[in-house]
This record gives sequence, structure tokens and C-alpha cells, in this order.
Amino acid sequence: MTVSRGEVEDFLYREAALLDEWRLDEWLDLLTEDAVYRIPPNDQPQGEIGNTLFTIADDIARIKARIVRLKSRNAHAEFPHSRTRRMISNVRILEQDDHTVTLAANFVIYRFRRNEDIRQYVGTYHFKLAKAASDLKIAERIVRLDALELASLGSVSFIL
Amino acid sequence: MTSNQYVIDEPDKMTFRVNRRTLVDEAVLEAERRRIFDTCWIYVGHDSELAAPGDFRTRTICGRPLIFCRGADGAVKALLNSCRHRAALVCRESAGNAKRHVCFYHGWVYDADGNLTIVPGKESYPPNFDQSKFGLTSVPRLESYRDFWFVNFDKNAMPLVDYLAGAKEYIDLVVDQSPSGKMHLIQGTQEYDIAANWKLLVENSFDDYHLLSTHATWLKYIKDAGVEFQAPEAGHLLPSHGVGIDLGNGHAVIDNVNFRGRPVARWIPIYGEESKPEIAVIRDELVERLGADRAARVADTNRNLVIFPNLVINDGSSVTIRAFHPLAVDRMRVTAWALGPTEESETARARRLDSFLTFYGPGGFATPDDVEALECVQAGLKTWREIEWSELSRGINKTGEQLNTDELHLRAFWRQWARHMGNDVAAAAAQ
Repeated sequence: MTVSRGEVEDFLYREAALLDEWRLDEWLDLLTEDAVYRIPPNDQPQGEIGNTLFTIADDIARIKARIVRLKSRNAHAEFPHSRTRRMISNVRILEQDDHTVTLAANFVIYRFRRNEDIRQYVGTYHFKLAKAASDLKIAERIVRLDALELASLGSVSFIL
Repeated sequence: MTSNQYVIDEPDKMTFRVNRRTLVDEAVLEAERRRIFDTCWIYVGHDSELAAPGDFRTRTICGRPLIFCRGADGAVKALLNSCRHRAALVCRESAGNAKRHVCFYHGWVYDADGNLTIVPGKESYPPNFDQSKFGLTSVPRLESYRDFWFVNFDKNAMPLVDYLAGAKEYIDLVVDQSPSGKMHLIQGTQEYDIAANWKLLVENSFDDYHLLSTHATWLKYIKDAGVEFQAPEAGHLLPSHGVGIDLGNGHAVIDNVNFRGRPVARWIPIYGEESKPEIAVIRDELVERLGADRAARVADTNRNLVIFPNLVINDGSSVTIRAFHPLAVDRMRVTAWALGPTEESETARARRLDSFLTFYGPGGFATPDDVEALECVQAGLKTWREIEWSELSRGINKTGEQLNTDELHLRAFWRQWARHMGNDVAAAAAQ
């Protein structure tokens, strides 16, 4: 089966809505059982996890632990939860075969917290989607930020 | 006892308080810039960041743009990144290798050692213009200890080795992880702001009192991952024994029996079953090279070291170097790096980096909550006119050692702060 850009966009928009609405368990259901979620450091956006200090380099176990953490009142950096709004555009399918779709997209994520200045996270998504029986699943989710350093973006305490 | 108008240090009365104005007043920050940052040894970078002649890193240190570089002769240098002609930055890249630095404004050219080699239209300068005197200006002092390079803007400062006092022993413990005694700074920089006064990160970086409440989700994570730890002994809050130690000159450390794993060389389930044999090999090498006692000291204890005023080396679930500079009285820029033994295998390096991220960094399971805590403190400090004093007396009534959850080590920092600032902080600000 060949997946169209429209189908990929629908998938990305659904994912964005789940994250913006903090429906984190449903978001987890979009991931494969060996998914990875990575944010390379701002100064080495093409770095590899084995020899580069990342901002986030989660395997599926750590992703699940991250969700447990984020759902807790004790995840102080995200309690109360931030409000976020994701804008996704420039979606491109880079490669696809019978099993996998590789895609790139641009994003802007606005993040709001009480008494704080708005933060704007801008960058690119690089996803590998596995073609499952009836749907797509995220196998690899790499988030590259355009900012040259995090600076006023502070922490990355929610799922980018 | 070292009191000033802002630090009340009265051991006889078991009292130690810090005036909250020290964390909110721009005049205090200005005084700190002159009396602390311009007179203390300030970390600039690690030797391994400059592998080859001509390698450079540009950094902002104590508000000044610097070129931290290795000259053509192989010597490490710290040059002020400002053209001697009209002050423009001569190097605008964050890192690289350069045989020369060209000021693009009027075209003055400097070599990798900072010598001025080309002045366009030199014939129009008067006879007393001596080109050899117009090289890039070096920071007044630059010295290193075990590959950690520090600058000092006070040319009369004491030598770095004297300044570091008891902190040297703890740097040695970190470097002893490497069979060759050479550590390597791993690529990938975490550079983020915290909307809080810089001194709050000093306190936070080695304050184990906050671990249980601030980092409850991290403790749950390591517990869920299979890390077993005991119930605290009587008089303790944490699963293992740890103490706070004053190392002199404002430096201090918490020195803890490890319960949370060490890439060198104390296995925990988070590292995976498959890593057990390699961690055993790392351990054997330590024992063979250092003897059993010293090997245990390196591997089975962890430490958070503060080198006055703004350098933290956390040797725990990884090795973190963290330096921070105030941008304003209520904002700092933090730069954090990971350090590992130069000869570490690929798998050991990957494990070290993975372990780093379980706790540390802007995407870690703990650091974001520290950032939140410090920003909450800064927000609460708006009440400084009504609530004047912060309480730092934990453990002051004890006669023997004080725990990592006491505040002896925080007091060591603040006492040195008071020594530098003197009695009239406002006058210092006006200097």
C-alpha cells in the first residue's frame, strides 16, 4: 500500500492534537513497541546518540517512563500543564517502501504558562512511520530545533 | 564567622541567614561582577575541546566575548574577542579551526596566536604606530588544573592551584576514572537560561535536601526501573550516607555513598544486563591501577562539587560540567557538557550519555524540575521587602560531620560571597 501525503498529514495533525490536549496515553498508542524519541543538542543537530550529548534520547521504555512522569502532579516543570499549540507544515514524504514511510515536516510550537512569556519552539520533525495493519505507527521521532541554543526556551519539559 | 549586612553568620547563636536582597537587587549583581567575577578564577573550557593548533571556541565569560583557542605553537590561549582597531568581534563562529582571524570591518588580520599580521593601508598610520603592540589582548591570567582551564581578570590573583584548595582532591577523583588521566569533553552542548539569580543554582547544584520532594518523579522512575535502595538510616532523609564538606575558598562538595548507579563502575538495571561484563572490566582496571580502596572511592561514591563562584562538576550518574553566568539579577545562562574518559569504548560512552539524560539536562527527568524550583524561588522573592531573610541553618547545631541534606556546604559558599563583597555592598556596586 502506498501512503499519500494527505494521509501522513492527517496522522501528524491527529498526533499534534493528542499532545496539545495532553492525551498522553492515547499518544503512546501511536508508537511502535520499539519507538525512539530524540532531540539532538542545538549545536549538533546531526549528532549521533552514541557520541553526542542529546537533549532527549528516549527508547520506548524511557518514553513510557516520561509519560508516567508527565502525568504526575510531581512533574513540577509541567504542573500545572503548559498550554501548547502545534503548527505543522511543509510535510514531505522522503521515502517509502512496503513497511516504512520516512517524512519531514516543519513545526512551530507555542507554549504558554501562567505569568510567563510565550515560548516558540521552531524546528523540523523527522519521522519514520511503520505501516501497521490498519494504521501508521511512529517508529522514530527526531525533533531538531532551529534555535542555536535553547537559551530563553529553557527546559524541554513537555513532548516536543 | 563572616557576616556582612546581607549574611548573618552567628554560629554561637546557631543562626545563619541570607538577606533576600542579594537575589533581587541589580546593585548587588553589579558589585558581584566587580568583586567576585572579576577577581576569582572562572572556568573557560576543557583542554580536549582544543584538539589541534588553530582550534577555537568562542565563549562569553564574565560578560566578555573570548576566543578560547590553541595557538600555532600548541599553547592554549584566552584572547579578548575584540579588534584592537575599533573593538568589533574578530571571530563570529562558535567553534572551528582557523589559521587567522579577520576583522571584517576594516580588514585587520590576526594569526592563530593573536598577533596582528595585516593592517590594510598601513602607510597612513603615523611612525609611532607599532603593529607588534596591537595583537589581540590576552585575558590577564589563564591557568589549568588537570585540563580544566580557568581565566582570571585580576592579574594579581593567587595561583589557580592555591585557589582551588581542597577542590583539587575532588577533581582528581573525577579524572581518576580515566586510565590515562585524560578526560574528554563529549560533543553536544546544553545551553539554557533559568529565570533566577545565579546563586540559586549554586545552592541547588549541591543541595540534597530537595531531592525527595523536587525529584519525586525521578526517584519513582529509577525505582520502577529496578534500582533497589534501602530505607534511610535514622537521622537521614536519603537511602545512603552522604556528607557536606567545606573545601576552602568558597568551594564545597557533597560526598555521597552511591545508591543511584555509576557508569564507572557500579551497575544498575537501567544500564541493561548486557552491560554487566563491561562494567566489571572497568572496575577491574580501576582496582588494578588505583588499588581496591581508591577504586571504591572513585566508583562507589558520587559527588557534586561547587568551585566558587560558578562552576559545578557533578560526578554521579555521569560527569556533568555546568558553568553559569548572570545575564541579569533574575536570569542566568547555563552551559552544561558531559565528560568521559578519553579511552572509553563506544558502548561505555553511549551508556554514560544515556545515564546522563536520566537525570540531567533540559530534557532530563530531574533538571527541568530544578529549573522550575529556582524560577518559583525567584517569583517568591518579589516579597523581599516584607520577608527579608532566607534560612540556611540546617545542621549548624551538629558538632561532628554534617549531612548532604544539611547546609554546611551552602554556608561555605555564602561565607566566601560575604568575604568578597565586604561590608558595604552598595559602595562596591558604585565602584
